Amino acid sequence: MVMDAKPDSHRTTGGAPSARPPKSRINWSWLGVVPFFAFAIMFLILPSLSIFVRSFEGPEGQFTLDNIFAIFHGRDFINAYRTSLTISLITAVSGGIFGFLLAYSVILGGLPSVARSFLLTFSGVASNFAGVPLAFAFVATIGNAGLVTRIIENILNVDIHARGFTIYSIWGLSIVYMYFQFPLMVLIMAPALDGLRREWREACENLGGTELHYWRYVALPILMPTLLGTMILLFGNAFGAYATAYAFSGSFINLITIVIGAQIQGDVLYNPGLGNALALGMIVIMSLSMVGYLTLQRRAARWLR
Amino acid sequence: MKKVNIFAWFIFILGIFYFFLPLFATLEFSLRMKKGVYSFEAFRVAFEDPKFYQNFGYSFLWAVLTIIFSLLLVVPTAYWVHWKLQKIRPLVEFITLMPFVTPAVVLVFGLIRLYGKPPLNLTPTPIPLIAGYIILSFPYMYRSVDSGLRAIDIRTLTEAALSMGAGWGTIISQVIFPNIRVAILSGVFLTFAIVMGEFTFASLLSWPAFGPYMEEIGSMRAYTPQALSLVSFGLTWFSMMIMQSLGRGAKGEEQIAVAH
Repeated sequence: MVMDAKPDSHRTTGGAPSARPPKSRINWSWLGVVPFFAFAIMFLILPSLSIFVRSFEGPEGQFTLDNIFAIFHGRDFINAYRTSLTISLITAVSGGIFGFLLAYSVILGGLPSVARSFLLTFSGVASNFAGVPLAFAFVATIGNAGLVTRIIENILNVDIHARGFTIYSIWGLSIVYMYFQFPLMVLIMAPALDGLRREWREACENLGGTELHYWRYVALPILMPTLLGTMILLFGNAFGAYATAYAFSGSFINLITIVIGAQIQGDVLYNPGLGNALALGMIVIMSLSMVGYLTLQRRAARWLR
Repeated sequence: MKKVNIFAWFIFILGIFYFFLPLFATLEFSLRMKKGVYSFEAFRVAFEDPKFYQNFGYSFLWAVLTIIFSLLLVVPTAYWVHWKLQKIRPLVEFITLMPFVTPAVVLVFGLIRLYGKPPLNLTPTPIPLIAGYIILSFPYMYRSVDSGLRAIDIRTLTEAALSMGAGWGTIISQVIFPNIRVAILSGVFLTFAIVMGEFTFASLLSWPAFGPYMEEIGSMRAYTPQALSLVSFGLTWFSMMIMQSLGRGAKGEEQIAVAH
């Protein structure tokens, strides 16, 4: 990159005059970003790279694909990935839809502007309220002695936990994750909905289009990249979550992040290479979703300026 | 298009319900420590524990260290990129967004494997923890500062100051900093909120902090965890309120965070 500039070609004033035009003097300004890049390389790039390299390393340091195959052979690992992906997908889609409707209702739904600023403030807080305290909050809500559980028991005389519902399940965890998922959607969709121009709607109406036509042929196609892109973001958000699941269910739910966390705390797999391969799998899935996000983001930028 | 929409109201009320029900349930739960009556017993127990203050203090220390080093790293870099190195801006942006691709648990894994043994054994020091937090703070810190810098004409301001004979210290402290102070502060408070409740890094790197403490209490006691949960929520709320009142013009985009 820029850093490959050779320092020795500069300051050769004592030697033969350079044949190059004076403009091609070495640009020293990259020195200003050295600390940043040094830090990023040391604490972000190298750790990620080492995971990549060691995923293909056997016990004696030789190249091997065994670790990668081991993921597909161990049913537990595939299940952990599947559980993580399922929860991420459920919360990304439902959080995305609900968040979109919520953003729509305060921005275009004719609600008082207080509702809008209130919702946006609360979304800022809720999207950051994750991890251990969120888990406790939901234990108090739908746990065995939670408020909602007791209310349902008292009023409807139904013990939901005896009926097979447990919060320590994919659906339970999804309900918890939703708490930070849909506010994130609201935060991103609100400016996008604001960016819908009045002229577009008027043009549609002048051409005889109905409300339905407007949404079907104008607004939704324009919003679609943002909508899908943000859902991908939500997906990654849920996929990488560790603290909430750990505090909420301990090891009841076998998420991939929980498996990797256990591997860090003690080599529970008795195979360091396998741990690296599992982590690599997460990076690959996250990277793919990020590529999708950036592609959609670029398309969204065309209209929403 | 300003007619009252029943559907919009329905969705809005449903959303508010989802927001407040868990908070209300948590409060109700935390008040039930004494049998038969509502009391603040759980809060009393929570605040009586000296380990609460200890761990809270540790988290505060980590937050302050993270903010200091993150600012030292991000502000000059963002400024320099704006002024001299527009070309590498996509690269810097890409790096600051990488924490979104690398989940915290994966980054810790990499850090421990790389710096947990000689030749470079850093795990006895808090360096991996702070470094991890700085990485986590990159997207918010960089984006806040970057959008602050974008709003002002950095080149003209710098060159005007230089031509009037200002030194670098004066430029940074008298010209640039006052112009992006709000942007910096919004990054600072978001980082503060994130680090104060963070669990993954602190727990897996075995450092005392508020997040692991809450988790530990959660596995030992009933009712007090919910009291702590409300304290943590109050802290997040407080940071966000400050951010909001600081940056009237700050867009929602800067408040976005990933789950811990």
